Amino acid sequence: MKIAIASGKGGTGKTTLATNLASYLAQNHKVVLTDLDVEEPNSGLFINGNLKQHDDKFKMIPEWDKAKCTLCGRCRTVCNFNAIIKLSDRIMVFPELCHSCYACSELCPAEALPMIPQKMGEMKVWETGSFDFIESKLDIGQEQAVPLIAQTLDYVEANYPKESIFLFDSPPGTSCPVIEATKGADLVILITEPTPFGFHDLKLAVDTMIELKKKYAVVINRFGIGNDDVEKYCALEGIDILAKLPNDRKIAELYSRGELVYEKFEGFKSELTKIAEYIIAADLGGE
Amino acid sequence: MKEIVVISGKGGTGKTSITAAYAMLGGKDITVADCDVDAADMHLLLKPDRSFSEDFYSGELAYIDQEKCRQCGKCAKICRYKAIPIIDDKYVIHELNCEGCSYCFYACPYDAITMVEQNVGKFYISNTRAGNQLVHARLKSGADNSGKLVAKVKKEAKRLAEEQNKQLILVDGSPGIGCPVVSSLSGADYVVLVTEPTVSGLHDLKRVYILVKKFNIKAGCIINKADLNVNVTAEIEEFLKNEGVDHILNIPYDEEFTVAMTAGKTIVEKEGSELQKMVNDSWEKIKKIVQ
Repeated sequence: MKIAIASGKGGTGKTTLATNLASYLAQNHKVVLTDLDVEEPNSGLFINGNLKQHDDKFKMIPEWDKAKCTLCGRCRTVCNFNAIIKLSDRIMVFPELCHSCYACSELCPAEALPMIPQKMGEMKVWETGSFDFIESKLDIGQEQAVPLIAQTLDYVEANYPKESIFLFDSPPGTSCPVIEATKGADLVILITEPTPFGFHDLKLAVDTMIELKKKYAVVINRFGIGNDDVEKYCALEGIDILAKLPNDRKIAELYSRGELVYEKFEGFKSELTKIAEYIIAADLGGE
Repeated sequence: MKEIVVISGKGGTGKTSITAAYAMLGGKDITVADCDVDAADMHLLLKPDRSFSEDFYSGELAYIDQEKCRQCGKCAKICRYKAIPIIDDKYVIHELNCEGCSYCFYACPYDAITMVEQNVGKFYISNTRAGNQLVHARLKSGADNSGKLVAKVKKEAKRLAEEQNKQLILVDGSPGIGCPVVSSLSGADYVVLVTEPTVSGLHDLKRVYILVKKFNIKAGCIINKADLNVNVTAEIEEFLKNEGVDHILNIPYDEEFTVAMTAGKTIVEKEGSELQKMVNDSWEKIKKIVQ
């Protein structure tokens, strides 16, 4: 079963939930945790393990072959991302704008734009003893997270048994990186906080999940602050609230040091248990 | 005219709360832009009137005319995004997967494919209760091209500021290090980094700062919740010193951030509070550095 942990607003506790849930579930189940927030991956800061694999990840970009080029300009015409410009005596490629669609390369009548790999980031795989953890990190200066997320998902799919519980720490927001990270999920857990910002961004995230036709549920973090707008909204819309993680400075302090919370904070563990039970039930239900 | 961009790398560090406070303090002297178009929140505190709104079109999706399609399958073969599956014996576009590259449009021998421009969101110019104008946007759920919408928001803010002879543009940037952030940073004169003393806060600060350096923009840093972990705060301060980043302010862990937000107010509207004074001083400091 694939579970994505997402949120509209950043900093609402995706990583806290993903890492604690992975560790907790791994006591009795086969778990794989993947950090897909490739722009700013943080799950790894909370997990100790042995590095068992470290791969550079590449995207394909066109490379101009001056000797073959006739400067016909077809490449520039077909590129829909402004990644190619034609000057009077040469073609220039802007790799950070390239979406690796191959149009310029394969439609070039002179075969003057062969595709070559360009490093866009790294993927690491750790064994923690109870579960495997995969993290991908985008190289700074690379603008597109989606290709790296897609390749990471392909790796996870190919290397772990289907019946595992897959947890995906997703990027924040509602645009393309989140879509890529959640589109294959069986369940999306939207974590929010009961504040106006949290509520507003939760509604955006819910709209996105409806758009994607995803099964989703909500976890409220830092419960006790703000107001009850999130709860009222979920009740009205018929959205399950799986748990209410308590607001406590001690949790923030544990987090600040890169420590897991549930082993040290009973009020957090009891709520985490509810989420785990929901997941196991959904998994058995074959949903 | 100078442009100040507030970013954070990591979400939830108080970036928007602080930017909205600066927008209040700047009042009629500044123009404000919300470039966190994915999850824009500043309007919740500044109460903009959305006096001007416009649809925003960007990017395309392929569309297959089934009358013209002869099922040759060339489009599906050349598509790198698995965006042209066969459903009920017909080649159709899987819209979520389509990148809008137009390769299939050029490749189709029967002219059966057209590219259709997408309405990806709305763009607004508003008067706010802070006495200034806010340029903001709303990206449609699941829409692509947030980087381009950010660029549009910034361009309009600049145009307004020039028209009205404002000296400062204040920009709420987006999280991460990808295209929306790159768009937010382009053309900025000063970057305010809002971070927190957690392992994640520090990690993300370091990453986003490498990006800031690539742009060659001068930066300052605010450490929010600074007393949450004094060791990490010390580590951040050391990092700032080594990198020559201005250390603007340390704010102690304060639930007033949430209290103010819940009341629809910024953190500088509680008269006489320590927080108000602190944030006010930091705004004066930033203005002095920039001008």
